[in-house]
Amino acid sequence: MSETTPTAAPERAAGLPAQSPPVDRAETAKSDAPARLSWWRGDGGEGARRNLGLLATLLVLVVIGILTRPDLYGNASWVWGNTLTILKLASVVGVVTVGMTFVIIGGGIDLSVGAIVALAGVWCTTVATQSYGAGGMIFSALTVGLAVGLVNGLLISYGRLVPFIATLAMMVAARGLAAEISDKQTQVSNDTFINGIASTNVLGIPLLVYILAAVVVAGWVLLNRTTFGRRTVAVGGNPEAARLAGINVRRHTLLLYGLSGLCCGIAAIMLTSQATSAQAAMANLYELDAIAAAIIGGTLLSGGRGTIVGSLLGVIIFSTITNLFAINGLSTEAQNMVKGGIIVAAVLVQQVQFGSLTQFLRRNRATSTT
Amino acid sequence: MTTQGRDLSRRRLLFGGAALSAGVVLAGCTSNEQKPTAAQTKAAATGGNSEPGKKVTIGFSAPAADHGWIAAITSNAKAQAGAYSDVELKSVEAGADAAAQRAALSTLLSQKPDVIVLLPHDGKELNAFGLEAMKAGIPVVNLDRAFPDARAYRLQIKGDNYGMGVAAATYIAEQLKAKGVSNPVIGEIPGIDSLELTQERSKGFADTLASYGLKVANRRPAEFTADSGQQAATGLFQALPKIDALWNHDDDQGIGVLAAVNQANRKEFFMVGGAGSKKAMEDIQADNTVLKATVTYSPSMASSAISLARLIGQNKGMSDLVELQVPKEIVLASETITKENASNYLKLGF
Repeated sequence: MSETTPTAAPERAAGLPAQSPPVDRAETAKSDAPARLSWWRGDGGEGARRNLGLLATLLVLVVIGILTRPDLYGNASWVWGNTLTILKLASVVGVVTVGMTFVIIGGGIDLSVGAIVALAGVWCTTVATQSYGAGGMIFSALTVGLAVGLVNGLLISYGRLVPFIATLAMMVAARGLAAEISDKQTQVSNDTFINGIASTNVLGIPLLVYILAAVVVAGWVLLNRTTFGRRTVAVGGNPEAARLAGINVRRHTLLLYGLSGLCCGIAAIMLTSQATSAQAAMANLYELDAIAAAIIGGTLLSGGRGTIVGSLLGVIIFSTITNLFAINGLSTEAQNMVKGGIIVAAVLVQQVQFGSLTQFLRRNRATSTT
Repeated sequence: MTTQGRDLSRRRLLFGGAALSAGVVLAGCTSNEQKPTAAQTKAAATGGNSEPGKKVTIGFSAPAADHGWIAAITSNAKAQAGAYSDVELKSVEAGADAAAQRAALSTLLSQKPDVIVLLPHDGKELNAFGLEAMKAGIPVVNLDRAFPDARAYRLQIKGDNYGMGVAAATYIAEQLKAKGVSNPVIGEIPGIDSLELTQERSKGFADTLASYGLKVANRRPAEFTADSGQQAATGLFQALPKIDALWNHDDDQGIGVLAAVNQANRKEFFMVGGAGSKKAMEDIQADNTVLKATVTYSPSMASSAISLARLIGQNKGMSDLVELQVPKEIVLASETITKENASNYLKLGF
């Protein structure tokens, strides 16, 4: 047993296994060798197992919906429309959450995402920007998002500010700038192309859902099938080991925040299109929605582990809860309490999930026999 | 350690460059100037009270706004003060909360203005300041958010939140009655639900609907922003496959509600707005959306507050009234704007 751990640790730190972010090192060491674990108990199966749990949660929510509003759920076309509405509702936060997942896996946090969405939205709807047409608006939203994200990254990687502080400062500053630019007014978008994004369906499915799908697929490939993704896991898991393995940790951190900012730029276009307008107070508390979705999706807040699919399911669970409360006419206060409860439950389940439980039992049995 | 030094200076150069270029980019593409609306002020031209009189210094404070309505309050106050040759306006930023506003106001108090016009963050929390100023002999005009203590203000001018609900419900009930709809489905999209003003509006709405034997089928609160309005409306449409009437409390969030209406392709109901923004009035006038009416809560009250503060400072009354002094309380009526009268109200839209 003591022969397997030393080789496993640096390998993990260097980020070579793409799919296998570490479980508790002590547990691996004390239980059987990783090679002997079946897929659902091993490292690789862990994400899949957690995602099955999230799907089960989703199923429970749908069943509650069916039981409480059988009249609505009896109508097939309503059910289809409602499913699309839930996905549409999830689309904007979903795109933000993909960026957030990368940042958190990379060992950071981005509290400024809501503010970046607002700033990019306001910037792309000023009278001056709108005069350049849809192309100019999209370009400016993406550029502003990317630029603000890179400033976050610079402050954190080269300025050595704690991510929490740097992005907290950016959250305040970016909203301030957005309020300044918009003169605290709601800026209406008069561009029919931009406004049309949210009302366009392709093959019966809203364009916003395609955008979400594209970002999720791109994020999944980037995290699981590229060097960039492996480096992200390595940097988040153990930055010192990653540095020793030859990864430029600072540059990588910079890029991660840039990526998050870019996702915010995309989200800003989607949200502006949905609301046909932008203002400094838009995307209020999206940072908390995105962080919460990533956490219940199984992303480790201390970095080094997480999945894009889990985060996506997290976002969809939250928007399903919102939908469930809306169709039952229940208050949003109760809804927020339930959301809070689900976050706590998700983290508790992560700690005492089935795989860990068996390992835990086996470990106890092992210690009692020796 | 020389490498450290070089490293630092390089870093500084990098940041300096970044900041500089950001500034240049900013200056280049954010011109979005808004002219103060001259329409919401009262021209100081003819006879009587409008004649230039004793010079009056008015201190003014309102919260920094992230919403069109409060932005309009400040710009109206400034524009109205500018319309008088005998008024000097000293405006102080109210900061982020009641404590910051209290600090700002105490510096204002030391400058000894003749009258103070104040939209507090919270009427209860700034009640003590009102008392202090009044004791120092400076009349206080409270704008919209009342002080609980009657000794804390000389004049109270505010909108009628309960009345807004009453006006919206009356319009909706009468319209439904005229159309002969039985068992109508009525939806409501309030603003931030924890605010007292939202609760008053909803109470006025529910009470009045009840007097017609109607009730709200579902209410989904938004946050006074367009994007939250869009989301709240989308949720409401899922819950209610058929709606007859909808009251949305705020025209700013109404931009998002109307967007959601288009996206969901729902045209079977009519909608009533709230506050009275220019865009809402134009939509009502054009009559090409589901928005058929809006009930006012006009920021023009800031202009009126400055006019009345000037009269108080000059020791004059309102010339149409018999009394020699300005009254103590003025509550604006919530008026219903429809296609028929929208042209009269357009100049009051913000």
